[in-house]
Amino acid sequence: MAQAFTKAMARNIFYGGTAFFFLLFLALTFQTHSVVPERDNHEAINDVVALGKKVWEENDCIGCHTLLGEGAYFAPELGNVYKRFGSTDAIKAFIASRPRDGVPGRRSMPQFNLSDEELEAVAQFLKYVSGVNSANWPPSPQG
Amino acid sequence: MKYQSQKVAKLYFIAAIGLFVGQILFGLIIGAQYIWGDFLFPEIPFNVARMVHTNLLIVWLLFGFMGAAYYLVPEEAETDLVMPWLATLMFWIFLAAGAATILGYLLVPYSSLAELTQNDLLPTMGREFLEQPTITKLGIVVVALAFLANIGLTILKGRKTVINLVLLMGLAGLAVFFLFSFFNPVNIVWDKYYWWWVVHLWVEGVWELILGSILAFILIKTTGVDREVIEKWLYVIIAMTLITGIVGTGHHYYWIGTPEFWQWWGSIFSAMEPIPFFMMTVFAFNMVNKRRRNHPNKAAVLWALGTAVMAFLGAGVWGFLHTLAPVNYYTHGTQITAAHGHMAFYGAYVMINLAIISYAMPLLRGREAANSNKSQVLEMWGFWLMTISIIFITLFLTAAGILQVYLQRFSDSPMPFMVVQEKIELFYVLRELTGLVFLAGLIVYIASSFVGSNEPEATAEGEVVAS
Repeated sequence: MAQAFTKAMARNIFYGGTAFFFLLFLALTFQTHSVVPERDNHEAINDVVALGKKVWEENDCIGCHTLLGEGAYFAPELGNVYKRFGSTDAIKAFIASRPRDGVPGRRSMPQFNLSDEELEAVAQFLKYVSGVNSANWPPSPQG
Repeated sequence: MKYQSQKVAKLYFIAAIGLFVGQILFGLIIGAQYIWGDFLFPEIPFNVARMVHTNLLIVWLLFGFMGAAYYLVPEEAETDLVMPWLATLMFWIFLAAGAATILGYLLVPYSSLAELTQNDLLPTMGREFLEQPTITKLGIVVVALAFLANIGLTILKGRKTVINLVLLMGLAGLAVFFLFSFFNPVNIVWDKYYWWWVVHLWVEGVWELILGSILAFILIKTTGVDREVIEKWLYVIIAMTLITGIVGTGHHYYWIGTPEFWQWWGSIFSAMEPIPFFMMTVFAFNMVNKRRRNHPNKAAVLWALGTAVMAFLGAGVWGFLHTLAPVNYYTHGTQITAAHGHMAFYGAYVMINLAIISYAMPLLRGREAANSNKSQVLEMWGFWLMTISIIFITLFLTAAGILQVYLQRFSDSPMPFMVVQEKIELFYVLRELTGLVFLAGLIVYIASSFVGSNEPEATAEGEVVAS
């Protein structure tokens, strides 16, 4: 049988295609870097927000919640929680008031025993995230 | 088994299966928490159990990949591993680090673990799938480097086959892209953007190279089809994987603050991501149909074909289902994502690991080619129980996801998250029951290693079918 399509051709498509599309991906990434500053609400980033992100990470909030749709699907979306709750005070009150032993038969957020500073920081972090331009996502305020 | 140093693979395979059991048990725990919200609360909160579930999955798949590499690289390169002792040493280090990390998750609050492991020095914790303490991540890098050196030098010393090179590229890519797990800026957009360079470029990129090369190896061994033919297929498949999959990363860049041009790039390229998976299915069935001999290890052939089909369904079809931006706008971050995740991981990466284990384990345990008939029949029961379970788990989660999208996002009066969760509880119950069947399948699968050991090997009936 005549070899119309050889292994060498297949190999070249692999190396050539991979190189080309990886470079295209880098180019798109480069372009992304020039556009994102207009949408990422970086003006809101300060030491408090940085601490808030640390609190967010060190309590593994993403293990139950989604943030801009990424994370676990056990608890509500929090990328827009600042808008849904209306204030950082409401967010802080919610986190601080979780019962230590949970709610019988229901899902309940753990009591993380955050200090006032940490509470404020995580609320400010969530406020900052709500200011990121997420292309009008989520479709409903319910997240 | 032709080379003594291949034996080290056995340790890796056994650990992989052990951790797999742990993964499934924790999957059942979080599945139960979806139904009874206070199950094991506050001792094992959902986020901790989920972290154990997903991290065990990743770790056992890595154990499987490493075992597969240690098994097939010497055989392909036609030479012993250069440093078998290093492979053994790294096994124990990786296992100890993995066990310590999981125990850390379970025994102390996550914030204490962060403090204990000095997360402040280089904060990398608390991001989905990358929850491991920074010190564990550094350990993973060390293990990966030692592993790559070992198989890289072995390949360098021996015969260079396409399978070996593709596997090495996949494993090297795995190590390189893992380095992005150390990049964690405060800016959430960049955090997420480069987080996907680990997660997406792993599972929809370099891991598919690993998958392809292991599958090609098994097909060469079990069908006797000419290596040239199989290697050509392998190149075409992985070419399509990376041509579609790299820019396909864009399907994660729709709603995280990245520019909207990604909705076009992501939709178009990821819509093509099923193509390599479809080719893999055609490839596997074609090779088996053109087989020059009947291999006595029918279970291994079944796993190989199963991988090709289930990877196409889970990664290809269920991925396509929600990858177009206008659809993803509604489905992003719902049970639809969970449905896809379960079938894709099982179909592509769990099954390829079980396929190579099925092929190699009898040889590592001193058989000529295959286990006894009795053992294989039981193993195939395990195959069907687990595979059918995952199909139903996926269908139930898809149903839950469709309802969730409608009630929470699409209807005229969207309801709050928790209200919707209660309304779709039935599907969580069905998923959990199916999960128990999966566990039964896993037990049957493991039992198949212990039965029929004293019986004669299965033989291949009907020698040489095709020309």
